[in-house]
Amino acid sequence: MTEQTAPDSTSQSEPIDEHSQSTLMASQVIGIQEQTFSHKFWYVLRRWPILPMLVLFVMVIAAVFAPLLSPTGPRDINLRGRAAPPVWQSDWYEANPNNEQTYLLGADHVGRDVLTRMLYGARISLMVAVISLSVGVVIGSAVGLVAGYYGGWIDEFAMRTVDVWNALPFLLIAILAAVTFGQSVSIVMILLALVAWAGGVRNVRAEVLTLKTRDYISLARIAGASDFRIIMRHILPGVVNTIVVLATLRVGGLILAEASLSFLGAGIPAATPTWGNMISEGREWLSTAWWIAVFPGFAILLVVMSVNFFGDWLRDRWDPKLRQL
Amino acid sequence: MRKYLIQRFFFGILSLIAATLIVFVLSRAQGDPLLLYAKPGGYGVSPEQIAALEEKLALDRPLIVQYLIWLGRVVRGDMGETLLSERPVSDVIGEKLGATMQLGLLAWIFATLVGVPLGVLSAVKRGSVWDYLGRAFALFGQAAPVFFLGILGILLFGVQLGWLPAGLRPVQDPFWPSQAKALVMPTIALGWLPAAVYLRLTRSAMLEVLDSEYVKLARAKGASGRAVIWRHALRNALIPPITVSALVLVGFLEGSVVVEAVFAWPGIGRMAVESIHNNDFPLLTGIILMFAVLYVVGSFVADVAYTIVDPRIRYDQS
Repeated sequence: MTEQTAPDSTSQSEPIDEHSQSTLMASQVIGIQEQTFSHKFWYVLRRWPILPMLVLFVMVIAAVFAPLLSPTGPRDINLRGRAAPPVWQSDWYEANPNNEQTYLLGADHVGRDVLTRMLYGARISLMVAVISLSVGVVIGSAVGLVAGYYGGWIDEFAMRTVDVWNALPFLLIAILAAVTFGQSVSIVMILLALVAWAGGVRNVRAEVLTLKTRDYISLARIAGASDFRIIMRHILPGVVNTIVVLATLRVGGLILAEASLSFLGAGIPAATPTWGNMISEGREWLSTAWWIAVFPGFAILLVVMSVNFFGDWLRDRWDPKLRQL
Repeated sequence: MRKYLIQRFFFGILSLIAATLIVFVLSRAQGDPLLLYAKPGGYGVSPEQIAALEEKLALDRPLIVQYLIWLGRVVRGDMGETLLSERPVSDVIGEKLGATMQLGLLAWIFATLVGVPLGVLSAVKRGSVWDYLGRAFALFGQAAPVFFLGILGILLFGVQLGWLPAGLRPVQDPFWPSQAKALVMPTIALGWLPAAVYLRLTRSAMLEVLDSEYVKLARAKGASGRAVIWRHALRNALIPPITVSALVLVGFLEGSVVVEAVFAWPGIGRMAVESIHNNDFPLLTGIILMFAVLYVVGSFVADVAYTIVDPRIRYDQS
C-alpha cells in the first residue's frame, strides 16, 4: 500500500537455490530464512533510507567543513583557469599549461572553482532552509495547537487566515519584497518562513481535535492543570510525529523556493555563492561551459530528492494518515 | 450547500483584498513610482508634469485612500493605466495572457496525460518495471527545480543536439513545425512537477480502490480486467487528483514566472517580474489580482467538482 515499507513479503518469495533445499524445511518451521548477503543488503537498503541519509550526511559534512575541504576560497579568482572544464577533460589542461590549478568540477568564467562554490553554497542553502523551516514550523504548530484546542472563533479565524494566506501568489510577493527591502539572506529567510508556516496548520489542528476529547486530558484538567500546561505537556507530545513528518516533507520545497528566488535575481545577493545563484550565472555560459550551471543543479536535485525520500519514509513509519500529501 | 458557497465567496473576496493590499503597500515602500519617468541624464519631467501625475494617480493622498480609489475603479472594471506604457492595464495583460494560457494549458494536458495513466499503470502492475519507472519519474519531477529542467533541456536539445529552439517563439513563423517545436521544452519543464503530483496521487488512490470490496465484486462477477480498472476503479481513484487541480493551477502561475524567465517566453510571468523591477505598481497590482482571482475561482471550482464526483462529500455538516 505504501511506497517504501512494503518489501517484507518480496524477500520471502525469492527462488531457492539447490543446496539450501535440505535445510529449508527446518528453517521454515522455526521461521528463519536463509539469506545470502546480497538479499540482506537489498532488504536493508529498501527498508531503511540509507542512500538518502548518506547523501544528506555527506552534504551537511561538506557544508560544515567547506573551508577545510577546499584548497581555494569561494571567491578566489584565477584568470588562467577561466572556464576550465572538469578534471576529466584532460586535453584542456594539457593545452593550457599556464594554469597550475586543477578543477575537479571545472571553473567558472573568472576561474573560481565550481566545487568549492558548491560547498559554500550548501552552507547557505541548507542554513536558509533549516532556519526558515524551524521558524515556520514553530509558528504553524503553535497556531494549529491553539486553534484546535480552544476552538470557537479562534479556530475559525486561524483557519480562514490560512485559507487567505494560501491564496497569495507568493513567488511574486517575494520578488516584490526583495526589490523593496533589498536582497539579503535574512529577507529570504523571513519570506520562506512566511511561506512555510501555513502548510501544516490544518493537519496539526485535526490531530489536536481528536486528542483533546481523550479522557487523560479531562483528568489533567480536573487535576488543575492550566491550558498552557495541557497543551505543552499533554497534547504536544501526541502531535510531534505529525509535525516532524510535515516539516521533513517541506524542506525540499523550501530549498527549491530559495533556489528559484535566487535564480530570478530576488533571493540571496548575487555575490554570495548559492546553488540558485550559480545556476543563474552559469546560464549565460551554457553553450561554452555547461559545468557552471549543471553541477549546482544536480546538487539541488540530489538534496531535494533525498529529503523527499526520507520524508516519505518517515511519514509511512510515523504517520501513515498523511499519506495523501 | 448554499451557506457554504456564500462563505467561500466572502473569503475569496477577502483573499483578493489581502493580496492586492500587500502589493500596494510593498510597492509604495519601494520608492516613488514616478522615478520611472525621471530618465537618466537629468532630463525628463517637469514639476508640473509630476504634479499632474500625482493628481492622476492620487499619489498625494494617504495610502489607504489610494487603495480604496483603486478598489473602487476595479469594481467598475477599470484597472488603471500602466506607468511605463500608459496603456490600460487590462489591455497589456490581455496581450500577454494568450502566451501564458497556451503554455499552462499544454502543461496541464501533458501532466494529465502522463501522470494519470502512469499512476494507474504503476498501481496495477505494482512492483514491475512500470512501477519503478513511474516512481523515478515522480521522484525526479518533485525534486528538480523547474528552471534547472529548463536549462538542462536547452543544453541537451537546444545546444548539443540542436533539435529544438532554445527559447523565443518566432511570431512570424508558421505554427507547424516551428512554433510547435518551441513549445515542447517549456511545456515539459512546467508540466513535469504536476505530472509527478498526479502520478503519486493516482497511484496511491488506485492501490486503495483496487483493494476495496466493490472492485472485488466486479471481478467476481466476471468483469474483464480492463473494465474493472478503467471503468470501476479509476473513477474513484480520480478524486484526489481532481481535488489538487486548483493547487496545480497555482503551480502553473508560479511556475510560469520561472519558465518564462528561462525560455524568454513573452507571457504574464515575465511581465510580472519586469513590472516589479520597474516599480510599475498599477500593472503589478493588476497581475497579482488576476493571479489571486484565478486561484480563488480555481479552488472554488475544485471544491464544487469534489462534491459532484464524490457525492459522499457534504460541506454542510462541518
